[in-house]
Amino acid sequence: MYGEEDGGMDPVKKHPLLGRAASQALVSGLSYAFLVVLSLLMISPFLWMLSASFKPDAEIFDFPVNWIPLHPFPENYSRVWTNLHYARLLSNTLFLTVTVTILQLATSSLAGYAFAKIPFRGANTLFLAYIATLMVPFQVVMIPQFTIVRILGLTNNYSSMILILAASPFGVFMMRQFFKGIPLELSDAARIDGLSEFGIYRQIIVPLSKAALASLAIFTSVTVWNDFLTPLIYINSSAQWTIQLGLRSLFAEFSADYGGVMAGAVMAVVPVVLVFLALQRYFIQGIAMNGLKG
Amino acid sequence: MKKRILSTQSRNDLLALGFLAPNLALFLVFMLIPIGAGIVMGFFQWDGYNPAEFVGFKNFLRLFSDKGFHDSLGITFYYTLLTVPVTMVLSLFFAMVLTREIGAKALFRALVFFPYIASIVAVSIVWQFLYNADAGPVNAVLRSLGVENPPRWTSSKDTALIAVAIMNVWRTVGYYMVIFIAGLLTIPPTLYEAAHIDGANLVQRFWRVTLPMLGPTTFFVLVIAIINSFQAFTPIYVMTGGGPGSATQVLVFRIYEEAFVNSLFGYASAQAVVLFVIVLGFTIFQFRWQEKNVSYMA
Repeated sequence: MYGEEDGGMDPVKKHPLLGRAASQALVSGLSYAFLVVLSLLMISPFLWMLSASFKPDAEIFDFPVNWIPLHPFPENYSRVWTNLHYARLLSNTLFLTVTVTILQLATSSLAGYAFAKIPFRGANTLFLAYIATLMVPFQVVMIPQFTIVRILGLTNNYSSMILILAASPFGVFMMRQFFKGIPLELSDAARIDGLSEFGIYRQIIVPLSKAALASLAIFTSVTVWNDFLTPLIYINSSAQWTIQLGLRSLFAEFSADYGGVMAGAVMAVVPVVLVFLALQRYFIQGIAMNGLKG
Repeated sequence: MKKRILSTQSRNDLLALGFLAPNLALFLVFMLIPIGAGIVMGFFQWDGYNPAEFVGFKNFLRLFSDKGFHDSLGITFYYTLLTVPVTMVLSLFFAMVLTREIGAKALFRALVFFPYIASIVAVSIVWQFLYNADAGPVNAVLRSLGVENPPRWTSSKDTALIAVAIMNVWRTVGYYMVIFIAGLLTIPPTLYEAAHIDGANLVQRFWRVTLPMLGPTTFFVLVIAIINSFQAFTPIYVMTGGGPGSATQVLVFRIYEEAFVNSLFGYASAQAVVLFVIVLGFTIFQFRWQEKNVSYMA
């Protein structure tokens, strides 16, 4: 057996009291237990948040932690919902998220199509320009962006944010990579059938790319939903606040209202949890595509 | 039959332009021009309202003697050191464990990944409560383990940056795990079988097969993690506001404050140029390295 040649550092080497199979089971059992503990640790801040959001302030910092609230206190939610005008925050955030996501999908897939399927002059140079900006931190462009918005006279804060967020090099890159993988024969056949270039994009390529479009849609919507810095720069009246701005101001002004702040935090996270649970595999695909671009 | 007026190439160029137009217009106005304009603005003095005044290299020269700027550079690099190595080791560990044949793999991956997509504002606030020096559960656990004077975390100058760093390691480890998993899955299983037949144990297989084969992924993760570590704004804004004192005033926080709080748009732009140059350096370094070392991935 090859196994007997295993070196001394192998954790599954033969244990004097246990047989090989038994000691292997012990090691994998132990590492499984370790994994369970680590994963629970990873998720414990969320469990603590959820549990605290249903507690009266006096019980939030009880130790040992009562993960199930002794006296469930849903008033935290109703209080924050009213005081923070949460319905308004929610509709502002939804409006921004949905609009930006739709525009991102349209602009990215159109541009991605040009890069993947149309051999035009300067394609490589232009694509390189897109790639080169992938890693430019937002903080580098935020000041000139703000200035350009001023110069263009965009006084509506939401239009400014939507235009800034509506096109991203990441989206173009992702769509281009995906479209490249679709065989050219398909477009050629459609062209012979008399379809225009836009018809090919609309009727052949887009329907074949639902998975990639879904990945981009989820990525964009979660990013915009969670975005803090862009609204922080462009929004100055509380009527226009997004959920993130509202939550941060709740924390800054009422940091002693522990239960209320936690209820606000839960409400900011829950929609993302639901999207994540429903569409998890698209998240993972999206990152893997991004991560393996090298 | 239609008369052909344009050559195929010109026709393609026009078509492509049509497809590109919406994205390209926004890309030019809000990305390419701002990158150039940001550098230009570094040579001006501007309060955001009155006409900008050209001041030459004055802003950049001032950076050399600005102690606050030097401190914030130092804090930024310290933050990078605090977060990047730990994040890489932990995310590789999770990736390796969660590519093995174990039960409920998908659930574990989801649990580790989830903090990354949860609202940064929300998780920063939760951690701020967890870190509460007197009543928070972190110190309650430490006290119950016998630590008499547990750290005061975000309310102490000495530990505030460490506290933010721990939170961010926790938040981002799942993201890098996913990239590592994608990398691990490209390693042909036959290599492990061969190593096993040659008598390599677990540790040897890690050092001789996994790590070399994972080289490009590891390098990519390293560069991305470093660049991302320069951009920690929201947790610092929410948790510490740059304090106590200026203990957590990383460069991006300072740039924001100089521009949008102190209205020093020109001087803030000069500092943003420094950030840009640093990030650009790492990016070029990564591209160069990848050009030379693509063999494993090809």
